[in-house]
Amino acid sequence: MANGTRAYEETTAADLAALAEHVREHLGEAVIETTVTHGQLQIAAAAARIRDVLRFLRDDAACRFTCFTDLCGVDYPEREKRFEVVTHLLSPTLNLRVRVKAAVGEGESIASIVELFPGAEWFEREAYDMYGIFFDGHPDLRRILTDYGFAGHPLRKDFPVTGFVEVRYDEDRKRVVYEPVKLQQAWRDFDYLSPWRGEPPMPPQRADDDGEGD
Amino acid sequence: MAETDVALRNFTINFGPQHPAAHGVLRLVLELDGEVVERADPHIGLLHRGTEKLIETKTYHQAVPYFDRLDYVAPMNQEHAFVLAAEKLLGLEVPYRAQVIRVLYSEIGRLLSHLLNVTTQAMDVGALTPPLWGFEEREKLMIFYERASGSRMHAAWFRIGGVHQDLPEELIDDIGEFCETHPKVLRDIEGLLTDNRIFKQRNVDIGKVTVEEAFARGFSGVMVRGSGAAWDLRRAQPYENYSELDFKVAVGRNGDCYDRYVVRMEEMYQSVHIMKQCVEILKSQKGAGPVMTDNRKVAPPPRAEMKTSMEALIEHFKLYTEGIKVPEGEVYAAVEAPKGEFGVYLVSDGSNRPYRCKIRAPGYAHLAGLDFLSRGHMLADVSAIIGSLDIVFGEVDR
Repeated sequence: MANGTRAYEETTAADLAALAEHVREHLGEAVIETTVTHGQLQIAAAAARIRDVLRFLRDDAACRFTCFTDLCGVDYPEREKRFEVVTHLLSPTLNLRVRVKAAVGEGESIASIVELFPGAEWFEREAYDMYGIFFDGHPDLRRILTDYGFAGHPLRKDFPVTGFVEVRYDEDRKRVVYEPVKLQQAWRDFDYLSPWRGEPPMPPQRADDDGEGD
Repeated sequence: MAETDVALRNFTINFGPQHPAAHGVLRLVLELDGEVVERADPHIGLLHRGTEKLIETKTYHQAVPYFDRLDYVAPMNQEHAFVLAAEKLLGLEVPYRAQVIRVLYSEIGRLLSHLLNVTTQAMDVGALTPPLWGFEEREKLMIFYERASGSRMHAAWFRIGGVHQDLPEELIDDIGEFCETHPKVLRDIEGLLTDNRIFKQRNVDIGKVTVEEAFARGFSGVMVRGSGAAWDLRRAQPYENYSELDFKVAVGRNGDCYDRYVVRMEEMYQSVHIMKQCVEILKSQKGAGPVMTDNRKVAPPPRAEMKTSMEALIEHFKLYTEGIKVPEGEVYAAVEAPKGEFGVYLVSDGSNRPYRCKIRAPGYAHLAGLDFLSRGHMLADVSAIIGSLDIVFGEVDR
């Protein structure tokens, strides 16, 4: 299990390609692409067959990715299918990690993997909360981190950092009230990327940047 | 009482959000059958600050302090995962002395976290003295934090490419001295708890989990080691200079709250052992050298140089306004934080801000397992289980 540094680095370099080959061979078109970046194996899987891919990675004797590490969404608004569901698994037997990605469009859903990895339950709830990705077959797909009654999906790239509502305690009504967010000054999104090193020129300043805000 | 028509119903109670045994703002909706827990539904997010969203809008440098505020019991361990991820993307080599210093302070963080957890878990099950003794030691450790970084908790001291400043010689000596006296305090705390009848009655066979179940549920750190898996990232996938340090991986057998306590205790002795070795290296010739990479695109130039060199001044200005530009790519880096595997999944689009920075907090997966762990246990066991999960809401809610 624990082999020390040398063994870990050697297996990483040598076995990743073989493992990628093994996975492609057995899963056929469920695997769209395999890449090795920064010493980590990455599998782009077909969203419709994500469960098969993960089940194979978990159960196959040459993989044994039995440890669920992480599941999260990533938003790429310019893509046709804007979300990516990224799952990280760990194989304590091989001492390797694998990253499985699947593309999901807005309003689409992907199969839940809770039945394979019970630990995924909260991670899928979080991905739903943050990005609005639906997981088919999830036992209890509720919001998890945001407030009760929250609207919107805050980690989407088109969701403003400041949000839409703010809360305060109202002394007259003796309770917490929700109000539209009031900024003392307009949100300043500085672009520090210097124009003289070949980057495109600075975008024009926003006209409403006069300190008033709304 | 009449035999028929007695309407039995389960009782639902709210545990928290303000409850001393909840270790933070946890609202736990418990469905009880008498005193037996039928279902536990943790409601989290009361401390959600949108850390991941904020990091996406800031430069890589500005992201570091957010990591202190996740698991605020062991702040530098979190920074460590982030800087490792960024360094992997940059393909950056960290100077040897910086690696040793990082390991030293990561182990201090482990002591900070375990001292708090072990002693407050004991308090949850009824012992008052351990926290008083443990917090005295934590105070000393926080002073080491302060003397290195200037702040007792939110250090922002691990930087991409090394650590911000070198340690003063006297500080290294004092840490060495602490390593001599600390094991005695640990033995004292152990003397109060390990064979304590009440402590054992409250912890043995409570919240049991098998290795397979633990892995499938995403548990890590003490939660899998307590069940018998010798899985420690410091040993299995070493980072920094852990591969050359001598330490043992503590492993439990039964996977219950008591074994997790024993594993944490042993890990503290091992941490002290690692710290001693780091102090030795830092004081030797081998450990001399810079604590920051000399790559000017990542690390600021020395102050003195900026007074005379125009280039240095420009580099400094660029670094603190534009920040570091990290090459396109994605990487997952994890460290063995005190609470388990703390990982950062970093996606860069080649600009000076992370495109996506997913924080994989160990406590999140552990708290998700609370329902599974506490089913069938008594109400009073829930607080023992929460204590032994080692939950800190800074990292659970993010």
